[in-house]
Amino acid sequence: MTMLLEIRDLQKSFGGVHATKNVSLDVLEGEVHAVIGPNGAGKTTLISQLCGEQFPDSGRVRFAGKDITRASGPARAHMGIARSFQITTVFQDMTLLENVSVSVQAHDGHSFRFWADAGRDAALNAKAMTFLEEVGLQEKAHVLSREVSHGEHRQLEIAMALATEPKMLLLDEPMAGMGTEESQRMIEILKRFKGQKTMLLVEHDMDAVFALADRISVLVYGELIATDTPAAIRDNEAVRQAYLGEEAA
Amino acid sequence: MNASDILTPKGLIAAAVILLLAVMPVLTTIADQAFYLDIATRILILAIAAVSLNLILGYGGMVSFGHAAFIGIGAYAVGIPIYYDEYSGWLHFPLAIAVSALYALITGAISLRTKGVHFIMITMAFSQMVFFLFISLEEYGGDDGLLIWSDSEFVDGVDVDDPTTFYYLCFISLMGALFLVHRIVNSRFGRVIRGSMSNDKRMKALGYPTYGYKLTAYVISGAICGYAGALMGNFTNFISPEMMGWTRSGELIFMVVLGGSGSVMGPIYGVLSFLLLEEFLPDFMDLFSKDAGIYWHLPFGIILVLVVLFVRGGINGLLDRWNR
Repeated sequence: MTMLLEIRDLQKSFGGVHATKNVSLDVLEGEVHAVIGPNGAGKTTLISQLCGEQFPDSGRVRFAGKDITRASGPARAHMGIARSFQITTVFQDMTLLENVSVSVQAHDGHSFRFWADAGRDAALNAKAMTFLEEVGLQEKAHVLSREVSHGEHRQLEIAMALATEPKMLLLDEPMAGMGTEESQRMIEILKRFKGQKTMLLVEHDMDAVFALADRISVLVYGELIATDTPAAIRDNEAVRQAYLGEEAA
Repeated sequence: MNASDILTPKGLIAAAVILLLAVMPVLTTIADQAFYLDIATRILILAIAAVSLNLILGYGGMVSFGHAAFIGIGAYAVGIPIYYDEYSGWLHFPLAIAVSALYALITGAISLRTKGVHFIMITMAFSQMVFFLFISLEEYGGDDGLLIWSDSEFVDGVDVDDPTTFYYLCFISLMGALFLVHRIVNSRFGRVIRGSMSNDKRMKALGYPTYGYKLTAYVISGAICGYAGALMGNFTNFISPEMMGWTRSGELIFMVVLGGSGSVMGPIYGVLSFLLLEEFLPDFMDLFSKDAGIYWHLPFGIILVLVVLFVRGGINGLLDRWNR
């Protein structure tokens, strides 16, 4: 399998806090790669360096063969990295369809088009609808985003990420704040794309991680202590001590 | 907007307001009250400015505290050429639009690197720079202002010096500005600026370099407001730097918020109620007690505060509630 995302010796500090310590990690094309770690392990800092919200102090990030260490967020999005946010980040005063439609529009040429009514753009809407269907929200297409549930917001986030037709999905805790039932639905949705879409999944919910991941990397205090298959991670003594052990105790 | 939207209380009020504005010269002629046509004309011109501010404030989340500068630039784009005996409106109006757009491009490029309060302060600072620049221009009257002894000339036979003709020029301009902004906010471009107001972080993650879009919106808004300024220059016959002071910019923001930012008709309601209150509140108060009218600012302020506090979406929001 070819390497899609290549992270080498990434370093990032905030004052005295070393949030990312020498992290090297590969995401292979087509795999679901989970990054787990206790609170404050630096997962979100890592994600934000991958999507261009923050830049590393040193180290390199390559995506699809190109160096993107210093590329802007929008530029990375155009190269095929789509992300979902830990805290729901949708357009509350637009309908679900409009939310996804704006996402489709982002990758349909420039948007310096001032005259035609985008809401009546049949091609845009039809395409947006297919992504809403993929996450099972088609019936709420015309409901305002602020009127749907938290779980549905999370599903909408996935649809918006998919709508940019990315090479890789960066999912920052897609199960955050969900009940068991909602989490289960989200796992089912993500399973549908397993094998088709490369995913880097940062998640606390261990059920989700073990249900979805092909490989798991464990981050502790900014440092990567292991990368392996789920079965091997489960049996890894260092991981147990540093992370799973904490929960057991 | 479809036909069914008009047949609601809100739609009917919008239609009635526009109709009333359309026949205003007839009414004032019948009533023989030329003075009221003056007020109505001022309402139209400020409404164009408010509509332009609404484009970036209401749909783009950019609170420009310097929009009066565009009105001033537009007015001086009429006044200065006339000072040199250049009377063609075909020069004045394009000049007003071009200079305003250029000013918006330069100041916007810098201001839009900031957000929130900083954006408010920096747009205000730029407009104060223009304010003091015109005060220092002795040639054009400095802070004494500049007399405009003629109006823009367009074609023979059309005399914008005539109040009714000028009123209709303003009315058509307002309708044009409304339609333009309506199209823009519903276009793909409009979606991008609405999206970046709602959630800039998400827009960037989707792949939109939002800065360029916001700057473009800022330039369009400035150009429309400069056009309103050129009308103002024709209307007042006397222009001074006072018209671009920061309090004027503040009033514009207030009009937009009072009427309902982020709605098509909101700015018009805002300007209408603001100017009508300003005009008639003193007289109204005098009815209750002699000379009470000189304190009209107090109830005026209280009304404004109450609307902002309790009516989300301003006057337009009030009509929305009535609709349900």
